[in-house]
Amino acid sequence: MLKMPKSITAGVGLVGFSLLAASAFGAVALEKGETINALWFIAAAVLNYLIAYRFYSAWICAKVLVLDETRATPAERFNNGRDFVPTNKWVAFGHHFAAIAGPGPLIGPTLAMQFGFLPGTIWILVGAVLGGCVQDMVIMFCSTRRDGRSLGQMARDELGPVGGWAALIGSMMIMIILIAVLGLVIVKAMKHSPWATATVLGTIPVAMIVGLYMRGIRPGKVLEGSILGILLLLGCVWFGGVVNGSESWRDAFDWNDMQCAWFVMIYGFSAAVLPVWLLLAPRDYLSTFLKLGVVFMLAGAIMITAPEVKMPALTQFAENGMGPIFKGSLFPFVFVTIACGAISGFHSLVSSGTTPKLLANEKEIRMIGYGSMALESFVAIMAVIAACVMEPGVYFAINSPAGVVGKEAAAAVATITSWGYPVTVEQMNALAAEMGEKTLFARTGGAPSLAVGMATIFHETFGGKMLDMWYHFAIMFEVLFILTTLDAGTRVGRFMLQDLLRHVSRPLGDVSSYPATVVSSLIFVAAWGYFLVQGVKDPLGGVNILWPLFGISNQLLAGIALTVATGIIIKMGKLRYAWVTALPLAWLATMCTWAAIEKTFSSNPAIGFLAGANKMAADLAAGVLPPDKAAAAPALIFGQRIDAALAVLFVAVLWTVIFDMIRMSRRYLAGRPVPALSESAYSRTQLEWARG
Amino acid sequence: MSAALPADLRKLWEFMRSVAGDDAYERYLERHARTHPELPPLTPAEFFADEQERKWSGVSRCC
Repeated sequence: MLKMPKSITAGVGLVGFSLLAASAFGAVALEKGETINALWFIAAAVLNYLIAYRFYSAWICAKVLVLDETRATPAERFNNGRDFVPTNKWVAFGHHFAAIAGPGPLIGPTLAMQFGFLPGTIWILVGAVLGGCVQDMVIMFCSTRRDGRSLGQMARDELGPVGGWAALIGSMMIMIILIAVLGLVIVKAMKHSPWATATVLGTIPVAMIVGLYMRGIRPGKVLEGSILGILLLLGCVWFGGVVNGSESWRDAFDWNDMQCAWFVMIYGFSAAVLPVWLLLAPRDYLSTFLKLGVVFMLAGAIMITAPEVKMPALTQFAENGMGPIFKGSLFPFVFVTIACGAISGFHSLVSSGTTPKLLANEKEIRMIGYGSMALESFVAIMAVIAACVMEPGVYFAINSPAGVVGKEAAAAVATITSWGYPVTVEQMNALAAEMGEKTLFARTGGAPSLAVGMATIFHETFGGKMLDMWYHFAIMFEVLFILTTLDAGTRVGRFMLQDLLRHVSRPLGDVSSYPATVVSSLIFVAAWGYFLVQGVKDPLGGVNILWPLFGISNQLLAGIALTVATGIIIKMGKLRYAWVTALPLAWLATMCTWAAIEKTFSSNPAIGFLAGANKMAADLAAGVLPPDKAAAAPALIFGQRIDAALAVLFVAVLWTVIFDMIRMSRRYLAGRPVPALSESAYSRTQLEWARG
Repeated sequence: MSAALPADLRKLWEFMRSVAGDDAYERYLERHARTHPELPPLTPAEFFADEQERKWSGVSRCC
């Protein structure tokens, strides 16, 4: 229940708090000096989440959802000691946060810094507390009231078959594009970097060793296995350094981008068809522990060193739309570039997945649903800081593709300096040498620049001379994490595909048949592999094409989740509170549709898929392309047309579901029959320990 | 050093074990003894293998 402050002291404290928050925001937004200290960001972020959590989430739980602490949860009613288990709320929080924590909040914000730090930061802070946290919490509530049913099932039950199919298609499409874009990030981090490649390859036998350890030698001892694994992973980083130091080994591990892409595809396929305990499960444990550890370390390091944020609040690209990392202006593109730190549809799949089956009491939904997303959003803020502690010139030199700034180092620094962000070749070469890399020019995808930022911060905190170890540790951490999402995602995608294929061919849909597993995994890997290769071959760096597509598909899923939530709130008789989900839905739908329209129909060939394809086709016909580009052109042209079709499909699916929900709501409000609210019946909880 | 410190550390360690899933087998044994005392429980290896299969048959991770 919403409690007002009990005393004057508390009231004064609250007002003081809010003033502090406002001034932190003000400092971040209005500071006209050269640089701004990262601690202001941290302060603004923490206060933002605390205030939103204290008031907004409490109000939603009390007035809109009306959480009932006397009601028995599915974990209590179906307690089977396996997936339905009433669990201590902190343990459940840990599980849920680990499940939603992904590479998204690290990459998106890094890319969006091309607009300057302000737009991305505001979207992360405001989008999370009004959008993402609300989505996660409301969907978790809806699923808990429905025996832990998934988003797809809820969409079907509450909206009808249209909603159900839309959710399924949306989930699968986002999975395909997500894996492709994450694969691209890995390729960009690994290519022509023997150290990174050696480290990444090393993580595979490490995962297998840990898998065997936890399966055969000491079954169930996750902490032990993970500690062993992390030590071995640190060994991999060291091993990479050894490889990099030896002439002959260095050449063997120096791969080009297509070789890296093949590696990613073969790895994804193998991990999806091998038994889970060998690769998937151990990687999952290792990357979760590593992420939690590194995030806390980074937060601590930032607070100790209090670095200066050197990126300006706004750059010219916010307005002119000609940013090097991806084209398009601030509106709408910052909103589809930063997904996981602000609002992410994928989270709704997790919030309606395993977590509702762990909740001992409905009251916990507020902390676990709203709170974990707030924490995830905080991770995004730290990625913002890490991206902005380097000179803007360096940031752009690392993240701008050669196709935009020029292939030669001298040309690149000239272009970037002409934009107003001074940088020199000597500076970049020195930095690359310090980081143990051949070059840091055009190392796009967000991972190398994040690693540079993190390495700089850690190095300042802990001292010593090992900047290159920190850099490659950061790369290893990111890549490990991304590969885990990639292989887990391939497995999940394969299940979804088999679900669909069951209607077409029974044998292929059989999840227990190994041949069916192999075939459907191959199909799924081919699907994301196609987009990965397209991104790899794109002269503008691939991020320009794939990341907005990923953002749009993710927001599509968020839109579907919010639509289901809005429909449920209306059917609960709370029309006057429906704005709680309808407002973020309206915002998302607008931005997502606008971005899709821009990406499809813009006449600028660098932005619009169709314009880009047409221009390339015209160049090809006119014979002005050099031979290697001309050979790659037909596939690229076709690929861009497919991307355009996808963007249109996403928007069509989203609006179909929205209109279906509006239609259903109007019927409901007019008193006509609609699918009934599918909440389970009330029964009283016996778990007194959870109520207290 | 207060006497509460070892107790706090133990609680922290137990919390970490819970989140990681280390105590799943103990909880299973407890529950098994309560609900099916007449049947032999799964061995740690069998239980753990089963749990992994179950956990990885749905949506588990995010972006």
